[in-house]
Amino acid sequence: MQPIISVRDVSKQYRLGAAGMNYPTLRASIMGMATAPLRMLTRRRNGSAQREMLWALRDVTFDVRAGEALGIVGRNGAGKSTLLKILSRITKPTSGGVDLYGRVGSLLEVGTGFHPELTGRENIYLNGAILGMRRLEIARKFDEIVAFAEVEKFLDTPVKFYSSGMYVRLAFAVAAHLEPEILIVDEVLSVGDAAFQKKCLGKMSEVAHTGRTVLFVSHDLNAVNSLCERAILLHDGAVVLEGAPRDVTAHYLDRANKLYTPVTWFTHAGIGEEVRLVAATSVQRGEATGAVSCREPFSIALDYEIRESVRGLRLFIIVRNARGEIVFMTSDYDEPTDATLTREAGLFTSRILVPGELLKAGGYYVTFGADVKNERIVYTADDALYFDVFDTVEDLQGDRHNRVGIIAPVLRWETARASVETQRDGRETT
Amino acid sequence: MDVNTNERASAPEATTTADAQQGLRREVERVRSGSVTDAPTLPREPRVRVRPGGAGLTPDLKEVWAYRELLYFFVWRDVKVRYKQTALGAAWALIQPLATMLVFTLFFGKVAGASAPNVPYPLFAYAGLVLWTFFANAVSNSGNSLVSSANLLTKVYFPRAIIPASAVAAGLFDFVIASALLVPLLLWYGVAPGRTIVFAPLFVLLATLCALGVGMWTSALNVKYRDVRYVLPFAVQVWMFASSVIVPSSFAGARWRWLLMLNPLTGIIEGFRASVFGQTLDWPSVAISALITLALLFAGLAYFHRMEENFADVV
Repeated sequence: MQPIISVRDVSKQYRLGAAGMNYPTLRASIMGMATAPLRMLTRRRNGSAQREMLWALRDVTFDVRAGEALGIVGRNGAGKSTLLKILSRITKPTSGGVDLYGRVGSLLEVGTGFHPELTGRENIYLNGAILGMRRLEIARKFDEIVAFAEVEKFLDTPVKFYSSGMYVRLAFAVAAHLEPEILIVDEVLSVGDAAFQKKCLGKMSEVAHTGRTVLFVSHDLNAVNSLCERAILLHDGAVVLEGAPRDVTAHYLDRANKLYTPVTWFTHAGIGEEVRLVAATSVQRGEATGAVSCREPFSIALDYEIRESVRGLRLFIIVRNARGEIVFMTSDYDEPTDATLTREAGLFTSRILVPGELLKAGGYYVTFGADVKNERIVYTADDALYFDVFDTVEDLQGDRHNRVGIIAPVLRWETARASVETQRDGRETT
Repeated sequence: MDVNTNERASAPEATTTADAQQGLRREVERVRSGSVTDAPTLPREPRVRVRPGGAGLTPDLKEVWAYRELLYFFVWRDVKVRYKQTALGAAWALIQPLATMLVFTLFFGKVAGASAPNVPYPLFAYAGLVLWTFFANAVSNSGNSLVSSANLLTKVYFPRAIIPASAVAAGLFDFVIASALLVPLLLWYGVAPGRTIVFAPLFVLLATLCALGVGMWTSALNVKYRDVRYVLPFAVQVWMFASSVIVPSSFAGARWRWLLMLNPLTGIIEGFRASVFGQTLDWPSVAISALITLALLFAGLAYFHRMEENFADVV
């Protein structure tokens, strides 16, 4: 059967300038934080002074049949986003080619082009047009979009006054009513509250099963398993496995554990002179791994050098999730410390123990830094470490990671039948 | 207590996504087993071929035309947002050239003794300034347009040329408002436009095309070198002095006037004035301006096209 998307030997190379590491805008925008671990690996291989070339994709070949829902999985930096960008024509491949036999609509982000000063009504038209809808098409679906987003009352209010929930609902509603033959979706399901997510999933499945083709990228392996008929696994820019979603996601989790290489910083990559990070590693069960199970405790090991003794030095890490939200911050002052103490120069290793049953599945970035509290920042290294947190395959059916909230701690519930006395007094008895 | 209520409110939701996926799976099964809509019949030739490098010398103008609605929406957004955010709204379109006219009249007209052939100086200045203000704003807005739309460039596909083009087109709206004031000014100074007025739109078109050419070029350059943002206002300012906005190009004397004519804006602004004031048009200089404008436009489009495939990676 003739494919609707045919991808042939697609490669994409990014040239990272020598100054790239120090120039925040260039660095941030070339591929985002996503490639940080890859970039460090490349640098390690090539030495630091040369111009870095990064193959975000290498000889990717696959077909998608019309009406099929294909999931794309892989860790951050595997090339998923680059692939979607090439398929949605945002960027061009370095070599190879893609043939698309239908109109493409891509949702790499909801609310692209929303303008805060414009009203909800105006933004529906603007956003619809940006996503490739015709004016008549938008007008026809207008009521449906408004009803889906549940913003009827605020249609003529500028969206800058919307709550973030309303904003996201409206943005998704417009996107959901896009009706291309090929729909490319990147993680947009992770928006809104649970009730709205439910609605979005329903809409997605509707799209997927009205003969339209869906390409779906997500960290949410549950969603990939339930939405897609086939999945491909990307690793280091290459397709390593293609098949039934369940097999691919299982393989992905398995493989993620085996293929990990800890990151070592050979060059002085952070900002600041007195402290220098040498290596950052995530360790579980005594092994360095880039993929940790969320069920068991793991540790973050930091090797660093204090080059000059500093009075009152505090070392800290900030852990962010893939959406950039700070999940937690911790410092060596968590241990009882005398703040007036002087840390002597030398090489050190610190291990930070993170309990199990705390983090949600997903990618995490660690910023390492040192400061003198309330005085000055001594050193920071952004994206010093990236690691993925996984749940075991068996538990994919469970609901733990579908919980709302940034973390998903499993907590004890102590429940006892209240005695008659307690109910009357309203006092607690033990 | 409040905190507790909140937690309780969100807790039951936690299960609903799982429910949603259960429901979804059932729905998928149902659709799959029975009435799946037939897959669309595919065209024999691909709708889109994505290949490295760009075809052609300029952006695909046919494609830009196909996206004309988006162009319209961008213009509409720019105009709407500008007037929503400002207290005086559309009045700014008048204030800018009017205030500059007063300053020019005072300093160049009265103090320095600049004069214009056959026309009162304020009218001369205003007619030139209306078109110049449009051009200057169009160039600086389009020059910065790609960089300020970085979030669009990296998230959605559409012909990139739409962005600088819409920035230029949005300026036309202000131009229409500002040029409406020419009517009372003409009446006040008793200058009759005459039949040549029919040529005025030609010069507006030429100014638009020229702004488009320069805007395409500078916007693409700006993506790569952010210095453009700082150079642009300065360059536009200098350009004004060489565009016969303040004094007619005849002031330069016959020996140097040809040099000013190489600047297409000189011919365009003088042509616009002549057509508004009912004077004879200097067609050779119009022809030179038109040729240089078209060359600029082509060069701008070609440079833009050469750079556009990397916009999303570089911006």
